[in-house]
Amino acid sequence: MNELVSAVPWLGKRNPMAARWLIIIIAIAAPIIAMQFGRSWVRILDFALLYMMLALGLNLVVGFAGLLDLGYIAFYAVGAYTFAFLASPHFGIHLPFWMVLPLGAAFAALAGIMLGFPVLRLRGDYLAIVTLGFGEIIRIFMLNLNYPINITNGPQGINAIDPIVLFGWDLSRNLQVTEDISIHSLYLYYYFFLACVVGSVIFIQRLQISRVGRAWAAMRDDELAAKAIGINTRNLKLLAFSLGATFGGVAGCLFGAFQGFVSPESFSLMESIAVLTMVVFGGMGNIAGAIVGAFALALLPEILRDVAVPMQQTLFGKVILDPEVLRMLLLSLAMILMMLLRPAGLIPARARYAHPENLHRIVNK
Amino acid sequence: MITLLDARNIGKRFGGLQALTDVSLTIRKGEVYGLIGPNGAGKTTFFNVLTGSYIPDGGEFVFNGSELPSGKPHKIVGRGIARTFQNIRLFRDLTALENVMAGHHIRTKATIWGILTQNRFTREEERLTTERAYEMLRYVGIERFAETVAKNLSYGDQRRLEIARALATEPQLLALDEPAAGMNATETRQLKALIEQIRHDGVTVMLIEHDVKLVMGLCDRVAVLDFGRKIAEDVPAEVQRNDAVINAYLGGGKHAH
Repeated sequence: MNELVSAVPWLGKRNPMAARWLIIIIAIAAPIIAMQFGRSWVRILDFALLYMMLALGLNLVVGFAGLLDLGYIAFYAVGAYTFAFLASPHFGIHLPFWMVLPLGAAFAALAGIMLGFPVLRLRGDYLAIVTLGFGEIIRIFMLNLNYPINITNGPQGINAIDPIVLFGWDLSRNLQVTEDISIHSLYLYYYFFLACVVGSVIFIQRLQISRVGRAWAAMRDDELAAKAIGINTRNLKLLAFSLGATFGGVAGCLFGAFQGFVSPESFSLMESIAVLTMVVFGGMGNIAGAIVGAFALALLPEILRDVAVPMQQTLFGKVILDPEVLRMLLLSLAMILMMLLRPAGLIPARARYAHPENLHRIVNK
Repeated sequence: MITLLDARNIGKRFGGLQALTDVSLTIRKGEVYGLIGPNGAGKTTFFNVLTGSYIPDGGEFVFNGSELPSGKPHKIVGRGIARTFQNIRLFRDLTALENVMAGHHIRTKATIWGILTQNRFTREEERLTTERAYEMLRYVGIERFAETVAKNLSYGDQRRLEIARALATEPQLLALDEPAAGMNATETRQLKALIEQIRHDGVTVMLIEHDVKLVMGLCDRVAVLDFGRKIAEDVPAEVQRNDAVINAYLGGGKHAH
C-alpha cells in the first residue's frame, strides 16, 4: 500500500493517509462511475484489472529480476487454455473453478521453468529474441493443435467456457439482493478481479522486500557480483520465470472464464508488447508503475474509440484515421515523449528492498 | 599454524595464453597474505579461479581440509570465501544497507512460502538481517549512508561498502582485489586500519595490491607472481630483497647490474 500511495501525484507525498483512502475509494467506486457511461465501460475496467495482473507478473520478471521477456503472453495463454480444456463442453470436462485455477497457475509456472532452462545463460537482446520465439511457439501450437487430434480446436478457439463459480455462487449471473435491486454480473467480476489484484500486490510486495527480492535486484544490477556473494543465479532466474508465469496463468484462467471464449488470436506478439509497454510506461521495477501503466494503457484505446470516431465525423464528416491506427500512433508518440521527459516511467519511484521501520528501530535505539 | 587454504598446482590457460602455471601456495589461518606482481602476472585470474568464476585447467584448492568445488561460485561463498573486485561492482540501484543485506543472502533461509505468508521466522530473520547489515556498515564506518543509493556514494565509501558486503557473507577468507586502487593517502591509511581490524576479528585476508607501502606494512607473507608463475613467497622484507622479484618488476635480464 505504501508504494501505491506514491502513484497519487501531489497528495501522495503530503498526506499519504488521504492518498491511501483516495485509492481505496477510486478502486471501489470505479465501476459505479463507469456504469454511468454504459455497461461496456465496466467490462473495459474488468479487462483493465486483468492487464494489471499481467503487468504485475511481468514486472516481477523484467523489473525485479531484469530478465527481458517478450513472450510473456504465452503464460496468459497457458492459463486461459487450461481453463478452457478443463471447464468447457470442448472435452466435456467441467471441473470447478477453485480446482482449475491452481492447475492453470501450476501449468503456467511449469511453462515458465520450461522457458527458463534454455535461456539461463542468455541476457539482453538474445534473451528477448528467445522469449519472443517462445511466445510465438505457444500461440502457433494453440493454432495448429486441431489436427490430427483436435486438442485446441485451432483458430476457431474454444467457446462456452464455464463462468467463475465460487462455492456455488455464479459470477456470471446478476446477484438478486431483493426483488428490485440486483447487482450486475460485471460488478461481481470487477470486485473479484480487484480482490485478485490486491492479493497479487500483497504477494509481490512481500517478495520484493525479502531475501529473494534483494537477490533478484542484485542479479539485475550485476550478475557477476551477485554470484560472488553466493547468490545461486540459476535457481533465482528459474524462480523469477516461474513466479512471473504464475501470475500470467492466473490472469489467463480469469480471462477465459470471464470472456467465455479463448482463441489463439488473443495471445499474439502484440499483446506481449502491450503488457511490456504498460510496465515500461508506468515505471519499471515498481508496483505502482505497473498498476498505473496497465490502467492507463488498457483504457486509452477504448477512450480513443469512443472519442476519436465521433470527433472526426463532426470535424471532417468522415473517419479519416481508424481508432486502431490512432491508438498505435498515440502509443508510439507517448513512448517517445516518455523516453525524452520521464525515462524512468510515469511513477519513477525507487523500489524498496528493506523495511524502513526495521532500520529506524536500530538507528533510534 | 593451521593452514586455511592450500592451492595445489593451479593452472589456467586462455587460448594461447598460459595465465597460471602450477601455482601452489598456502594461506594460514589469521594472516594477511599479499599477492603481488606486475600487470598481467595472473593475480586476478588466480582470484577468479579461486572463487569459482573460472574453472582451472589443473590443480585443486583445499580449503579447511576439504577440496573446493570448481566453477560453483555460490558454493564457494557458502564454504567461506568472499571477494571484492578490482573495478568496484556494487548493486548500483540498491541502498548501502540493501547491498549488505543482499550479501547476507546465503546465510538466510526464509522460503517462498515463508515470505508469502510472512510467518514469524521470516519476519524475525528479516529484522536480524537488517540489524546485522547495519552493524556491518558501522564496522566499515559508513552507517550514516545506510539509505544512500550505492551509485551516489563517494569512491572510497563504495570500496568500503564492497568490503562490508563481502563480510556479510560471513567468510573465513576475504579476498580483496586492489582495495586501495584510486585511494588517496588518508583513505589508504583508513583502509589499512580496517583490514587490520578485520584480521583482528578472525578473518584471514588475501590481498592483491600494487601499493608497495601498504603491502609491506600490512602483509605477514607475500607471494609474487610473474607471467603466471610464482617466483617468490616469503615475509615482505625478504621478498623486497629477492633478485627474481626485482628483475620481474624492473625488467632485469642479463644486462641489469
